[in-house]
Amino acid sequence: MSLDPEYLKAERSQEWRAALRTKIKNKERTAIARVHMPEQAPEIRVKYQDREVNLGITAEQAALEASRCMDCVNPTCIEGCPVSINIPKFVKQIDNGDILGAAATLKETNALPAVCGRVCPQEKQCESRCFYLEKMNLDSVAIGHLERFAADFERESGTANIPAVAAPNGIKVATVGSGPAALSFAGDMVKNGYDVTVFEALHEIGGVLKYGIPEFRLPNSIVDFELNNLKTMGVKFETNFIVGRTASFDDLREEGYKGFFIGSGAGLPRFMDIPGENYNGILSSNEYLTRVNLMGANSDTTDTPVIMGKKVAVIGGGNTAMDSVRTALRLGAERAMIIYRRSEAEMPARIEEVKHAKEEGVEFMNLCNPLEYFADEKGMVNKMRLNRMGLGEPDASGRRRPVPIDGSEFELQVDLVIVAVGVSPNPLVPSCLPDLKISKWGTIIVEEDKMQSSIEEMFAGGDIVRGGATVILAMGDGRKAAENMHLYLQNKISNSTKIN
Amino acid sequence: MNRIVEKEYFSDKVVRLVVENPKIARSRKAGNFVILKIGEKGERFPLTIADADPVKGTITLVVQIVGVSSAKLAALEVGESITDLVGPLGKPTDIELKGTILACGGGVGVAPLLPIVEAFKKAGNRVVSVIAARSKDLIILEDQIRRWSDEVIVMTDDGSYGRQGLITAGMEEVIQREKIDECIVIGPAIMMKFAALTTKKYAIPTQASLNSIMVDGTGMCGACRVTVGGKTKFTCVDGPEFDAHEINFEEMLMRLGGYRSEEVVANNKYFQK
Repeated sequence: MSLDPEYLKAERSQEWRAALRTKIKNKERTAIARVHMPEQAPEIRVKYQDREVNLGITAEQAALEASRCMDCVNPTCIEGCPVSINIPKFVKQIDNGDILGAAATLKETNALPAVCGRVCPQEKQCESRCFYLEKMNLDSVAIGHLERFAADFERESGTANIPAVAAPNGIKVATVGSGPAALSFAGDMVKNGYDVTVFEALHEIGGVLKYGIPEFRLPNSIVDFELNNLKTMGVKFETNFIVGRTASFDDLREEGYKGFFIGSGAGLPRFMDIPGENYNGILSSNEYLTRVNLMGANSDTTDTPVIMGKKVAVIGGGNTAMDSVRTALRLGAERAMIIYRRSEAEMPARIEEVKHAKEEGVEFMNLCNPLEYFADEKGMVNKMRLNRMGLGEPDASGRRRPVPIDGSEFELQVDLVIVAVGVSPNPLVPSCLPDLKISKWGTIIVEEDKMQSSIEEMFAGGDIVRGGATVILAMGDGRKAAENMHLYLQNKISNSTKIN
Repeated sequence: MNRIVEKEYFSDKVVRLVVENPKIARSRKAGNFVILKIGEKGERFPLTIADADPVKGTITLVVQIVGVSSAKLAALEVGESITDLVGPLGKPTDIELKGTILACGGGVGVAPLLPIVEAFKKAGNRVVSVIAARSKDLIILEDQIRRWSDEVIVMTDDGSYGRQGLITAGMEEVIQREKIDECIVIGPAIMMKFAALTTKKYAIPTQASLNSIMVDGTGMCGACRVTVGGKTKFTCVDGPEFDAHEINFEEMLMRLGGYRSEEVVANNKYFQK
């Protein structure tokens, strides 16, 4: 789903863009150092669950950073973006002082720019394809920071630009789930004139953006603002509604829904199946983060409890593990430990998250693997046994395989253990659709270029297809599904009118 | 939506609520549960559906006041609404013509037992029900259970009503007397544990419906883990009913106490107001 090269060329040849390219010499341009994201000091930020770590760059910083972009003839950065943002255009708009224009450009292809500006792993996407990095071995343009800046500027200006939507075509489509995949799908479909309803099982819209990602990385108010934009565009939201249960797919077909997008996410948390794992005080990262992020369990004014652990072990090395361990610190842990069976080089978490966690005082016990848990007389975990690991030959994932070291066992005092070793797809939707083809891992099988499932009017994307990925990949799936469902439905309509 | 249209006190701690929710009323099956949340800052908790009227578009819930959330639900009056209500969740009871069913309910467990008794009866089974509680005032829904049972035995711990003794005494009596093809037990975990031990002696296939701690109720959090036949299962998506002879009730009882100290603090704060 790349942008049309002719369109990009026409955009690039506009006078104002040409003028910016000659405004300063490339030698001066490339001599400017990449901007640094200002951060809340670690000793302050660990006291607040809901204060952002990254503070955002200033207008001056943004202008200078945007001027670094050379506005390449062949903008490879766009190829690195799963939702194909017109990156040089929005960056040059910032360079030109047209920040609201930049925000509008972002929203052409991205329903959630303020979210993506915060949680996307840009270092693995657009920024990894930047000319600075690819050809000059210099720090890439800080595209992610600029995206966040433009989206935040627009929100704070109070003049949210709502993307144009086509005249309503009266065709009803539904999403199952309200996470990034579904929201991205909903945004594109409503732009195409469809009557879109987002169905969510929980009592809040947003999926993993709400229950999963902590507020110190992504404040709920930011998510709500972007949801509001979608509402203004005409997307309808229904909470407390489990498609397949509250009403069946057939019920919804009867109500006139012609297409479904399944973005129900990665439901089931995985555990390690080791002795003592069901003791109290041992919970999945999903449970821990949901209690805190969605239910506000760390506040005195809510009814949901959460265990305020003092010696907290988080098992795993992904972003969810980092979110969990940093949450535990903010909830008063004296020791907050990452237990990871490989070394830091193999960690799937973003480098930034690992860096932030270290600054905040998280202890990294890498090359360690849990073997067993122990509990007090009430069944509350109080100790775990682990062994140390070495690294062997690379395995199927390309990472070096962890191998237990004989005689390396040791014990660790803990009063809260959070297991963040991955998730399996949510079985709820596939279980009520016997005709839906699913893989042996429980993910929905789709035609990759279309995101279309074995049931032709059902498309799917995000973790229910991928098994566990990122916000932006889910959003890319949502866009691709919207484009192809649009084609599918329009074809179907024109065929049926021909027959009639 | 979710408006309370009828309220009845079975005792000062047990309340029956009839709640408007046409979609759930239509789609629920015997054995399903819902997740509720009372107030914007309430917690999510599960409750098995006691009855439903698809024509009126209502479901019936029976709640026993044991903590803050159940008290908040029980305090809702006719005309007020449950903030969030979602379902139906969990696998429904496997209802078939099996022969003779022994249906056992303890305390408020009789409420979720009722639709199962009704469904088994409608499927053509002979249903013998044993309902039990500490004392007479805690025996609930007796008439409704009688309506769908061929016979009902009432047991109370203190002998204030029916026969004196535990539920297992009533169960033994029926098992000694006639062939039971399947047994279902719903009630406090400790009761289900002993009921399961009773039927195990006679190798009677037995299902128990578990009331684990849950947050989302859709398989996402894993708070409701239970060991069945040596394997970890999630009550919300794999249950709530499991083979009672395979359930690790010791672990189940322990896990129900997972937030005991937090609950004590919350209860003290709420009930002193």
